[in-house]
Amino acid sequence: MALVSRRFTGRPHTRDGAGLLPPGQYDVGDDFPVLSAGPTPTTSLAEWDFLITGEVDGTRRWTWEEFQQLPREEVTADIHCVTKWSKFNTSWEGVSVDTLLDGVETAADFVLAFSDHDYTTNLPLADVTNGRAWVVDRYENEPLEPEHGGPARLLVPHLYFWKSAKWVRGLQLSSFDEPGFWETLGYHEYGDPWREQRYAGD
Amino acid sequence: MAGTALRRRLIWQIATVITNRPVSDAARRVTLDVADWPGHRPGQHVDVRLTAPDGYQAQRSYSVASAPERPQVDLVVQRVAGGEVSPYLTDELRDGDQIELRGPIGGYFVWHSTSGGPVQLIAGGSGIAPFLAMLEHHEASGSTAALRLLYSARTPSAVIDAHRLDAHARRGVATTITLTRAASPDGVRRRRRVDAQLLADVVWPVPARPQIFVCGPTTFVESVANDLVGLGHTPASIRTERFG
Repeated sequence: MALVSRRFTGRPHTRDGAGLLPPGQYDVGDDFPVLSAGPTPTTSLAEWDFLITGEVDGTRRWTWEEFQQLPREEVTADIHCVTKWSKFNTSWEGVSVDTLLDGVETAADFVLAFSDHDYTTNLPLADVTNGRAWVVDRYENEPLEPEHGGPARLLVPHLYFWKSAKWVRGLQLSSFDEPGFWETLGYHEYGDPWREQRYAGD
Repeated sequence: MAGTALRRRLIWQIATVITNRPVSDAARRVTLDVADWPGHRPGQHVDVRLTAPDGYQAQRSYSVASAPERPQVDLVVQRVAGGEVSPYLTDELRDGDQIELRGPIGGYFVWHSTSGGPVQLIAGGSGIAPFLAMLEHHEASGSTAALRLLYSARTPSAVIDAHRLDAHARRGVATTITLTRAASPDGVRRRRRVDAQLLADVVWPVPARPQIFVCGPTTFVESVANDLVGLGHTPASIRTERFG
């Protein structure tokens, strides 16, 4: 039983009372906080590419122009940051990871998403396939802003948002689960908001 | 440094308020006694959890503002008007009250005396909180690492822990406090926004290869970090932490 705080009443936020806020989270409303470990990268679209690499039958690579030609999907989802804020009904547009992995032969069970400035985050392959993850380059019908991960970021809305790597440049497939940046710094290796898997051991 | 984070499981602990004192016009320093505190590194944070009688819970993160050399854990809490947790911590919490917290958390935005120098700290508003821990640790450990602090606040009375910062300045921390909304009556604080020119003037130059820490509101951190890269500092030398 948690300690009850004298005279604390709180300000419960749930969307239409539907109770769709994971434990420990609050609704940030119209705000969209920015969190990152360092400066915002500035890779020109001419230099940008996206790779599927690692334990695959051959590395796949798309330039920005080629990426734009891939079949696109629109996604509306709630997002949950480990720093406690949640944001409901965010709308994105991009390419499903299923599309990027189409025709790729692999025996891998894990992916390590990698980004500009050497950011990485690890996920089970099953969590980025079957319509559960996208590489998005548009937010609310506009090009994704650099501080929110533009030109393109991973979107894995069912996990804490640090798994949705900003400035993503590729996915490395592996038989081994290799912890990424925050995962080596004490954060949970999986990060399910509904089970409140914030930190190692949660 | 990266890779040295503790892998210990973080459990909720009871913290007892020892004092809750104002440190600026809108911020208070809450000093907590935490039994079995495992110790922390300056720059780490804790999660605070409040529970209402009906079971509703709210959690927020706060930087630890005290040095690991001290037995207590201090949080500096800026009162956010209309906020859910900070007004409770600043206005309601009194000596002897108990709250729940767990930590320390985070192994990236940290500076320890073993990390060496030179070090540049750049704070906007309540972003000074983790640097108060680093400065106090720098003093308590007798570190010889060269420190510089650049701190932007709105008005003279919004400067958090001004007397402590002045004391650090007197012992050799090169300190620049700049005000965005008003000049100080004594003319000691300058009135200026942190822009590329000010950064070029007071931040360690690129050849000194400083470790740079930037903490504050998002717009502040974003513009300072971009300007630092523009001045030639490497992205890898710049660590950022953003408060909303």
